[in-house]
Amino acid sequence: MTATSPFSPQEIAAEGIKPEEYAEIVRRLGRHPNKAELGMFGVMWSEHCCYKNSRPLLKQFPTTGPRILVGPGENAGVVDLGEGLQLAFKIESHNHPSAVEPFQGAATGVGGILRDIFTMGARPIALLNSLRFGSLEDPKTQRLFSGVVAGISHYGNCVGVPTVGGEVYFDPAYSGNPLVNVMALGLMETPEIVKSGAAGIGNPVLYVGSTTGRDGMGGASFASAELSDESIDDRPAVQVGDPFLEKSLIEACLEAFKTGAVVAAQDMGAAGITCSTSEMAAKGGVGIELDLDKIPVRETRMVPYEYLLSESQERMLFVAHQGREQELIDIFHRWGLQAVVAGTVIAEPIVRIFFQGAIAAEIPADALAENTPLYERELLAEPPEYARLAWEWSSEALPTGTTAGIEIQGNLHSWQDILLTLLNTPTIASKNWVYRQYDHQVQNNTVFLPGGADAAVVRLRPLEGQGSRGAGEQGGVNSLSGVAATVDCNPRYVYLDPYEGAKAVVAEAARNLSCVGAEPLAVTDNLNFGSPEKPIGYWQLSEACRGLAEGCRELATPVTGGNVSLYNETFDTQGNPQPIYPTPVVGMVGLIADLTKICGQGWQGVGDVIYLLGASITTLGASEYLATIHNTVAGRPPRVDFDLERRVQKVCREGIHAGSVRSAHDCAEGGLAVALAESCLAGNLGAEIHLEVSPTQLQRLDEVLFGEGGARILVSVVSTQQATWESYLQEHLGQNWQKLGIVGNTDTDLAVLTTDNQTLIRVSIEEMNDRYQNAIARRLAL
Amino acid sequence: MKFGVVVFPGSNCDRDVAYVTRDLLGQPTRMVWHQDTDIADLDVVIIPGGFSYGDYLRCGAIARFSPVMQQVVEHAQKGKLVLGICNGFQVLTEAGLLPGALARNQDLHFICDRVPLTVESTNSLWTQAYNPGEVITLPIAHGEGRFYADEATLSEIEDNGQVLFRYAGENPNGSLNNIAGICDRQGNVLGMMPHPERASDPVLGGSDGLKLFQGLLEKVVALA
Repeated sequence: MTATSPFSPQEIAAEGIKPEEYAEIVRRLGRHPNKAELGMFGVMWSEHCCYKNSRPLLKQFPTTGPRILVGPGENAGVVDLGEGLQLAFKIESHNHPSAVEPFQGAATGVGGILRDIFTMGARPIALLNSLRFGSLEDPKTQRLFSGVVAGISHYGNCVGVPTVGGEVYFDPAYSGNPLVNVMALGLMETPEIVKSGAAGIGNPVLYVGSTTGRDGMGGASFASAELSDESIDDRPAVQVGDPFLEKSLIEACLEAFKTGAVVAAQDMGAAGITCSTSEMAAKGGVGIELDLDKIPVRETRMVPYEYLLSESQERMLFVAHQGREQELIDIFHRWGLQAVVAGTVIAEPIVRIFFQGAIAAEIPADALAENTPLYERELLAEPPEYARLAWEWSSEALPTGTTAGIEIQGNLHSWQDILLTLLNTPTIASKNWVYRQYDHQVQNNTVFLPGGADAAVVRLRPLEGQGSRGAGEQGGVNSLSGVAATVDCNPRYVYLDPYEGAKAVVAEAARNLSCVGAEPLAVTDNLNFGSPEKPIGYWQLSEACRGLAEGCRELATPVTGGNVSLYNETFDTQGNPQPIYPTPVVGMVGLIADLTKICGQGWQGVGDVIYLLGASITTLGASEYLATIHNTVAGRPPRVDFDLERRVQKVCREGIHAGSVRSAHDCAEGGLAVALAESCLAGNLGAEIHLEVSPTQLQRLDEVLFGEGGARILVSVVSTQQATWESYLQEHLGQNWQKLGIVGNTDTDLAVLTTDNQTLIRVSIEEMNDRYQNAIARRLAL
Repeated sequence: MKFGVVVFPGSNCDRDVAYVTRDLLGQPTRMVWHQDTDIADLDVVIIPGGFSYGDYLRCGAIARFSPVMQQVVEHAQKGKLVLGICNGFQVLTEAGLLPGALARNQDLHFICDRVPLTVESTNSLWTQAYNPGEVITLPIAHGEGRFYADEATLSEIEDNGQVLFRYAGENPNGSLNNIAGICDRQGNVLGMMPHPERASDPVLGGSDGLKLFQGLLEKVVALA
C-alpha cells in the first residue's frame, strides 16, 4: 500500500500502539503518520481516553432519567436538583501516577477532576475520595499512603474545595498498585451548561490557564499499561500540579462563562492539546486549526510531539464567539493567567496543527476521538477456577463458638476481643488521621463532619447574586436543601463474585445515602480492574459491569459518566503479573429536600430504642471477620435482594423525615457488632443489646455478630414513638426488622447479651475508642 | 457597619466571611480586590483565609506587598477595625500590623478540626459579646498556625493583655503560650487562626463564632 514504515516496531510499541492498530492508522490516513501524529494516536487510542476495551460493556448502563440533564460523554454528568439548582459531578482515577509519585499523582488527580466540573460552568463544592493501599504494616504502603493523603490535602485545601468524605481500604491486593479515585461535585453557576463541542466556523480557539512544558509526557498511555519495576523511571509521565493556579482558573473560567462569550470549553487532562482539540472538533462535527507557536511555554526548544502530548496541568481550551476574544483574555490576565488565541474552528473535520509555519500534524478529528478501535472479547464459558474454589467454602470449615468466644488454633478469643481486633483493623477503623489533614469545612456548607454520618452532606447555598440581595439588605439566605454524596466499593465481594459484588456496591451506596435521609439520584462510576486482555480480568470486568447495570436500574440511579482504569497489575521481580481486586467504585449523589430532617450515625439520646431494619440472615462468606480473624478470603458475598433493599431504605428515609429515626447506620464490614460499636462511638453513648439467640439455636454466634448482608440498617428511635414506629415497621417490612435494645449513657458499656442473658460482648467506649481512633496513627508511628 | 473582604488570588474563605456579615447579619459588605486602592468607605476590613498567592515563599509574604495592603495599614493606623482570619492572620504579621509569626504546625501536618478556646479577655470590642473566661469551640484549618514570638515580644503581648483567644484543650499546633488569636496594642487589629465564620450558622451545628461579629455591631449601636 505505502512505503515501509518510518518507525521500528519498538517505536510503535513505545507509543502504546499495537501492530494491527498501526496498520489501521496507515489505512485511515492513507499514509504513514509522522512522529507527532503517531504520538497523538497513541494517547487517544489508549484505554484511558477511548475505552476500547470497556465501551461495549458500558453500553448496558442505564443513563437516562427524569433528573438527568447531562449523561455520559461530556466532562461531567449533571442532575436537576429542583428549585433551579443543577449539580455536576464525576469521579476519576489517578492510580498509576500515584503509584510512582504519590504526592503529585494524587494532587493532580484532584486538580483534574475539579477541571471536569468547572469546565461545565459549575463551581466545585465538594470532593470525596476512594483510596486503596496494601497492608499498612508494609513500609512501602506507609510511604504511598502518607504521600497520597498529603497530595490530596495539598491540592484540595489550597484550591478551597472541602474534602467531605470518602473511603480507605487496606489489602495486600493493592500493595504495588494503589487506587486513588477522586470524586467532585459542583453547583452550576452559569445559566447554560457549558458543553465541549466546537461550533461556529471561523470562531477563535483560545488556550487559557497555565503554560505548557514537558511534564506529564504521555501520561494517558502510561496509565493504560501495567506497572513494572521500571515504571519508577517513568516519573516524567507524572504531572506536577499548582492548586493556586487552579483556584484562579476556577474564578476566571466561571467569570468568563458568565459573559456569554464562550461557545464551548474543554479542559486539558490526559493527552493535553491533542485530546482537547480532537474531542472538541469531533463532538462539534467540525475541525480545528491550531498554531503551536502561539502556545505559551515554560520550556525552550520543544518539538510538536512534546507540545501535543504534554500533560501540564491547569490548562483549558475554549471556543469563543468571534470578536469577543479580548473580553475573555482580559479576564484571564486579571487573574494572572495565560490566554491567547491559538487557533480557529474550520469546516473541514480535521485537526490541523501548525508549527513554525508548516503543518506538523493533520488527522481527521473523529479518527482520534470518536471512531476509535473497539475490542469485544470472549467471556469465559464458566466462572474461573479461583472463584469456583472460593465458592466451595462454607462456615462449617470454621471452629464452632460458644458464648465465651471461639477457639482458633488452640487459643480462645472472646467475642469482645474479636470486636476490638476488628475496630483496630485499618480498613474499619476511624480515618481521622486522614480527614484531619483535609480542609472539610471551607465554603461553609459542610453539614456532617467526616466520620459522623454514612454519607457526606453539603448544604446547597443559593447561587451568588440569587440568594443574597446585596449590600445593606437582609440577605435571602438559607436554602434548606442539601446534597448527599458517597463513594463505595467492597472489593472483596467483587473479587469473589463480580456480578453479585457489583450489585452490592450500588446497593450499599444507595443505603449510605438513605441513612442520612437523602433520596438517591444518580451514579458516577470508576472501574478499576486488571488487564482485560486476560480471560479472568475480562470476566471480572464484564460480570461487574452487568452487576452495576442491574443495580443502577433496580435502584433507579442512572450512570452519568465515570472513568475506566484498566491494567492495574504489577509485575513482581519474577515477572508474574499480580492483579488488584476488581474494584468498581460507585460515587452516588442524593437529594436532601430539608436539611432539618437528616441524621448521622451516632446515638442521640439516652433511652432511645435501637432497631435493626432488614433481614436477619447474614453470611460469613467474603466477610471482614473471615479475612481478618481467620485469614481466609473465600465464600460467596451476600446476595442482594433489591425488593427488600428498596423497602428498608425507604422506611429508613421516611423515619428520618418523620423525625422518629434519630440515627441510622449501615451494617457493612464487620457486621452488626461493628455497626453497634460505631454508633456508640459516634454518639459517645453506650448501649444494651439483647439478641434473639438461645443455646438451642442453630445459627452461629459469629454469623449473628459479624456476619454481613445487604439491606441492613441500624437505627435508633425516640422512645415515645416506639409504638407508632413498630406498627409502621410491621406494615412496611413485615418480619424484616427486630428490636435490639436501648441506648445508654456515656458511662455505660456496649453490652450484647443473649436471650438468656449471657454476655457475649461487654466493652467500654473508652476501650473501643482507643482501638478505633488510633489504629492508623499507631501503625504509622512504628 | 460596612464590611470589606479582601480578595487576593488564592483567597478561599472570602465568600464564607461575606456570607456571615452580609447574609446572616445583614450588614453592607463588599469584596475588595487586592489591587484596589480606595477603601475609605469601610468600617471593618477582613482578610480572609486561604492561600494568598499560593502561600509561595512563605504564608502571607507576597500578599503583604499587594496594593490594597498599604490601604489596610493606613486604615488600621486610623484606629479602624481590621480582622485577619487564618491566612489573614499570617498576612497581618507579615505586614507588621501584628507581632510574632505563624510557623509550620508542630506535627508538620495540616490540621482541620474543632478546638476549644478560652476567651481571655472580654474588654476588647472583638470579644465583648462573650462572657469572661468563656470556653468556646471554633473550627481550625491550617498547616502554619504555630504562633511564635521572641521572649521579649511574647511577654509584652501577654502584659498588654493582647491575647484574646487561647487553645483550651490540647495545643493543636505547638503555638507558644497556647496562643490562638491576638490583637495589636491599640486593640483595633485582631488576628486569629480559628475560623469564627465557620461557626456562625446554626444549620452547620455551631454558632460560637457569630458572637464575635455581633459584638462589633453592638459596639456601633452603643456609639450611636
